[in-house]
Amino acid sequence: MIDIISLTGLDISEGISKGGFKANEIYSFYYNRIKKIGSDLNCFVDVYAEGLTCEGRSPLKGVPIAIKDNICIKGKRITCASKILSSHIAVYDATVVERLKKSGLVVVGTTNMDEFAFGSSTENSFYGPAKNPWDKSRVVGGSSGGSAAAVAARIVPFALGSDTGGSIRQPSSLCGVVGFKPTYGRVSRFGLIAFSSSLDQIGPITTNFTDCASLLNIICGYDENDSTSVSLEVPDFTKSLQDNIEGLRVGVPKEYFGEGLDPEVRDAINKVIEVLKNKKAEIVEISLPTTDYAVAAYYIIASSEASSNLQRFDGIKYGIRAKCNGLKELYAKTRKEGFGEETQRRVLLGTYSLSSGYYDAYYLKALKVRRLIKNDFDSAFKKVDVILTPTSPTTAFKIGEKSDPLSMYLSDIYTISTNLAGLPAVSFPCGFTKGNLPVGCQIIGKEFDESTLVRVGYSYQSATDFHKKIPKE
Amino acid sequence: MLDKQNVENVFNLARIEIEENKKEFFAAQLSKIINFIDKLKELDVKGVEPMRGLHIKKNIFRKDKVKDFIYKEDILRNAPLTQDGYFKIPKVID
Repeated sequence: MIDIISLTGLDISEGISKGGFKANEIYSFYYNRIKKIGSDLNCFVDVYAEGLTCEGRSPLKGVPIAIKDNICIKGKRITCASKILSSHIAVYDATVVERLKKSGLVVVGTTNMDEFAFGSSTENSFYGPAKNPWDKSRVVGGSSGGSAAAVAARIVPFALGSDTGGSIRQPSSLCGVVGFKPTYGRVSRFGLIAFSSSLDQIGPITTNFTDCASLLNIICGYDENDSTSVSLEVPDFTKSLQDNIEGLRVGVPKEYFGEGLDPEVRDAINKVIEVLKNKKAEIVEISLPTTDYAVAAYYIIASSEASSNLQRFDGIKYGIRAKCNGLKELYAKTRKEGFGEETQRRVLLGTYSLSSGYYDAYYLKALKVRRLIKNDFDSAFKKVDVILTPTSPTTAFKIGEKSDPLSMYLSDIYTISTNLAGLPAVSFPCGFTKGNLPVGCQIIGKEFDESTLVRVGYSYQSATDFHKKIPKE
Repeated sequence: MLDKQNVENVFNLARIEIEENKKEFFAAQLSKIINFIDKLKELDVKGVEPMRGLHIKKNIFRKDKVKDFIYKEDILRNAPLTQDGYFKIPKVID
């Protein structure tokens, strides 16, 4: 067979339809790679010997896809990488999974993640940390770390992740792949196990923008089962695969280039700016003054919503139940045994922020700060079409390096604001450090303007080949 | 700053059991996080409307139509303890 791992999903699907290779050969090729390389990287939770699909057609028909372990696949285990759900079987397909199956994509299994998506390294998993394919002593980022690592190692052509504060983009940055968070409301979350309902969004992780656009075409759109999904026409994103950004106004916010930014990351981002300038984009310095408060506001809002969403895990309806006397003890013991340490911390922080006497000072205050952050973006987008920033202040750190929760929270400093404002954003690979670790660049767009992000990303990838680099096996 | 007593209260509100020897640990960690989020106090938000929804301007209703519920058995199969088609819980009324 030809070198399958260098092909895009579109190429694979075309190869199948023209008879170049058979769908089952493609499936076994990737299945074997997952078995061989995936177990070493610990990036999968479950792998299916036979792929799941439906009759259907699309430009990606026959291509395998992996799903983050917090998105329901009917009849399969869904655990959110948590002990409390370790035996839970999904009773229905998430809307995105249904759409993928009906488009003929083949679901291969579920990917490792931080428990309930609480984390930035995939170390908070009941199944242990996933390892970065570029350096196995380093983290993959998180929380969609298994998905990002699997795509980076080419053991699956693409995957779905979910992004609440950067959980698609940050691991994509640390693993050197394209991770796209669509606008809040663009993709149905029906069947996504909720972390923070006002922030969560599902999106694709791919190696390139061509596959990214094709997957967006499949997963975006209104769904009556998710009342936050928006009934807006979805453009054909593949029409934005154009190498043309002449005259595009690219905002560069000074607050994203301050203290804490690794100089090698800064250099790589500056080189992206040069590439875009060469393509006659206009670079505009902008300011997003509330940036400095985003992480604090985020951890209040996200944890508050999480503490509420996780009330359902009570030892009665799902998963495990601890031995106990009486109902109150049943709740408390089950949740102690079933939740990992970071999950407990988030639930506690949320409970504290919402508790009587603290609600105004924390939760309500955070909602007001969220408004200011949104206002910053609204003003900026009067002057520019997109905003360019680093995705993460550093490249992949060592497993075990960030034992202090707060230092871990700060690794999402550049991705969190876009969730608070509900905007679309994408991370794509834009270079490597001297130590051969990938660097990611983030582009943030206006509400529902995913098309422009696809166009910028495609233009950039037309001039560079960082997205074609593959880690050594 | 949170002390051991505060931590115990929050654990109780969250319905998570905590062991005595973990209280100091969580008190220190949560205090550090709360100290960080207290940064918001610097910011003047007078007159700012809290942001509660993104694109949702009005309530969204679906049609009030009776549909068959086909998931009952699958849902019950996921529960740790059931009886006669119901979730079974410890006795709550004497």
